[in-house]
Amino acid sequence: MTIAQKLSRRGFLAGAAAATGGLSIGFHIPTAEAAVGDTPEINAWVVVKPNNTVVVRVARVEMGQGTLTGLAQLVAEELDADWSKVTTEYPTPGQNVARKRIWGDFQTAGSRGIRGSEDYVRKGGAAARIMLMQAAANQLKVPVAELTTSKSVITHKASGRSLRYGQVALAAAKLEAPKDVKIKDPKDWTIAGKPLPRLDTKMKLDGSQIYSIDYKMPGMLNAAIKETPVPGGKVKSFDAAKAEKMRGVKKVLVIDGNAVVVVADTWYRAKTALDAVNIIWDEGANASVSTASIKAMLTEGLDAKQAFVGNKKGDVETAIAGATKKVEAVYRFPYQHHMTMEPMNATAQWTPEKCMVWTSTQNAEAALATVVPASGLPIEKCDVIRMNLGGGFGRRSSSHDYVRQAVLVAKEMPGTPVKLIWSREQDVTHGTYHPTTMCKLTGALDDKGNVVGLHMRISGQSILAGLRPEALVEGRDPGTFQGLNAQGPEGQFGYDIPNLLVDHAMRNPPFRPGFWRGVNNNQNAIYLECFIDEMAHAAGQDPLEFRRKMMKNYPKHLAVLNTVAEKAGWGKPTAPGVFRGISQHMGYGSYVAAVAEVSVSDKGALKIHRIVAATDCGHVVNPQQVAAQIEGSFAYGLSALLYGEMTVKNGRMEQENFDTYEVMKMAEMPPVESYPVPSGGFWGGVGEPTIFVAAPAVLNAIFAATGKRLRDVPLKNLDLRKA
Amino acid sequence: MARLNINGKIHNIDVEPDTPLLWAIREQIGLTGTKYGCGVAACGACTVHVDGVPTRSCSLPVSSFTEKQKIVTIEGLSKTVTHPIQQAWLELDVPQCGYCQSGQIMAAAALLVKHPEPTDAQINEEMSNICRCGTYNRIRAGVKLAAKNAKAKKSNTKAQRA
Repeated sequence: MTIAQKLSRRGFLAGAAAATGGLSIGFHIPTAEAAVGDTPEINAWVVVKPNNTVVVRVARVEMGQGTLTGLAQLVAEELDADWSKVTTEYPTPGQNVARKRIWGDFQTAGSRGIRGSEDYVRKGGAAARIMLMQAAANQLKVPVAELTTSKSVITHKASGRSLRYGQVALAAAKLEAPKDVKIKDPKDWTIAGKPLPRLDTKMKLDGSQIYSIDYKMPGMLNAAIKETPVPGGKVKSFDAAKAEKMRGVKKVLVIDGNAVVVVADTWYRAKTALDAVNIIWDEGANASVSTASIKAMLTEGLDAKQAFVGNKKGDVETAIAGATKKVEAVYRFPYQHHMTMEPMNATAQWTPEKCMVWTSTQNAEAALATVVPASGLPIEKCDVIRMNLGGGFGRRSSSHDYVRQAVLVAKEMPGTPVKLIWSREQDVTHGTYHPTTMCKLTGALDDKGNVVGLHMRISGQSILAGLRPEALVEGRDPGTFQGLNAQGPEGQFGYDIPNLLVDHAMRNPPFRPGFWRGVNNNQNAIYLECFIDEMAHAAGQDPLEFRRKMMKNYPKHLAVLNTVAEKAGWGKPTAPGVFRGISQHMGYGSYVAAVAEVSVSDKGALKIHRIVAATDCGHVVNPQQVAAQIEGSFAYGLSALLYGEMTVKNGRMEQENFDTYEVMKMAEMPPVESYPVPSGGFWGGVGEPTIFVAAPAVLNAIFAATGKRLRDVPLKNLDLRKA
Repeated sequence: MARLNINGKIHNIDVEPDTPLLWAIREQIGLTGTKYGCGVAACGACTVHVDGVPTRSCSLPVSSFTEKQKIVTIEGLSKTVTHPIQQAWLELDVPQCGYCQSGQIMAAAALLVKHPEPTDAQINEEMSNICRCGTYNRIRAGVKLAAKNAKAKKSNTKAQRA
């Protein structure tokens, strides 16, 4: 393999390595992947300091998913580094611009933190090791082939001499980077693939980790904001006479014509004063939108003539017409909010010469692209410093509206740093929501109970149409069909059905959609996996066997399904009153399956007793972090199933905070038995995939328990008592 | 004006009396380990100890406190991350993003005082803080590990005395 060597010595010396006289190696290895509207590239840097510290520079961000530790493990593995001296560091998007995007894409989404980086990071580590060895060989005057490396030490066995990496770093930095780099076979890993503790745990235990919301600067002011409650609305007028007299208040202003901002010495004073501002809104065209009107819009799409085709095989119409048995059902998935624990916020400082922003973002380049037009300055004069994220889940990659607002406010107060914090109420009512869709499924069974035809008509909102219309493909949003595609490494439909049609009638309500952990896989997996269950019951067959019959050509899908069936004891007796449900799905390059065990009381109270989950993500870099992501994805996915819904009335989101938008808590969290079953040979994602199977496994188990097919989310709205 | 005893030190704070304790701690004292999550006592990210009782600081004004009440924030729980809960959290790598963990740790530390050997039901009852990353199962395991370690330490100390 060849490493593109567009290395600039000046670039090397500009960084921390220059200050410490160490080695830094940079590569640009673009990796193209089939993706939802984007093709990520990754770049990174390896720095070896004289004190033997290895600094891994990464473009991706840590938001809880363990990516930094995993990436560091991969570098350390190839570098044969001393793991106890490995640290990580973020480059800024401004540095990326200055160095002609040497780090590539900064986006941290789509479960790509590891799989979109492993290639670069491993080659980077391996190349650095070769250069360090060559420098040692030169110094010791021995052939490089006689040297071995371990724990950041290079040893010449024959003469008993050894050198630490830090001792030869300066010399190594002067060498040409190797053209060909061999990386290890994962079966030989000793650092990667191991359940090592995270690098970033300790500072999360004593309050010392600084999140974006905690950032402080000398002379900094704080801002609170209230944006139009109706999308498309404007500020008609406002009376700030009272607020302006309140203690600590420095400024009251309108930005973008649709939001009122109060700037004060402290955030609490800004917020209190903002509450005292009397705002009259021009509500605009969307003031009559409601959950019911959105549902009517989507329902119309279920039978509409025009629809974008996502997956087509055979002649589904004829198959359905000739079916021995026809099964039909309509499902719905509502708007959901991300509910990151840290509300949106950003600190900005603007002068005519420079605009700096400190914020938590999943895509610092997109944040920078937001700063530039808001600041009115050229990109060279702008930069974004990445702060720790109190949760991302897609919100901090979908829109940097909060960054734009912070810059607009700071621009009104040149030189003064301003921290804009969204109140939880502003945050919940101005999300980039999980899109709402409905799905009508029509299945055709033959006389032996085989599925001979399936039509999935999805009707509802497109994320790309709302966020990046330029990424639509002839009007079509390919992401709508996540997990339902005929082929491809991202998310393949896992059943052989001779006549199949998956199509999408795009219906876009005015509320801004966003990428939400799992994205369209969440509802697609519910639609398909619950309906497969419906068809199994209509055919009088066991849901597991019914699936297996259609999965012979999908061995990886089948393998994870078999794993959970075996581990959960599918077909074996359960405790009295406890019933099982099963589901499988593929997305973000990984194969996942789950069995849920539930009971439903006579009063309709649901208890989830146990989750058994398997994932085949190809290679596992840190098993304990994979387990953590599996556990976490069930908390997120089941929370959505049990409680998640944003409802709309008079053009406004009705929920405003955790008291009205409930989420799952400790008492409801089931034990999760996680089984990473990496089959090797590919790299799949981990942060999202298992969320797909959480809801359908539970819904299918509820049917087993009650005979009731629940086709709407969330369950808090439904009567779960036995049919 | 308010006089608050925070982490063993008396602070004179010049704020409006209706300022929530959370914002006094974050913006006046400058301790940012205690987090803002909801402002309505629903999520628990702002949990501190008031005379040992886990308290959601976002919804209580500073005027409701006297300097006699000992307020402890995450920064004051231990000097060097040595509290049994912190140690268990470290051992099990409990946090993901970590934003809720100050509150979770404070709630868990208070739980251990109330129930040195907590049952699952007691953990469910006392640990109502929200975590969106989904660390609940590790929090549960962490509480149990801390209880076990604290018990072992206690019996060791007793054995040494004997």
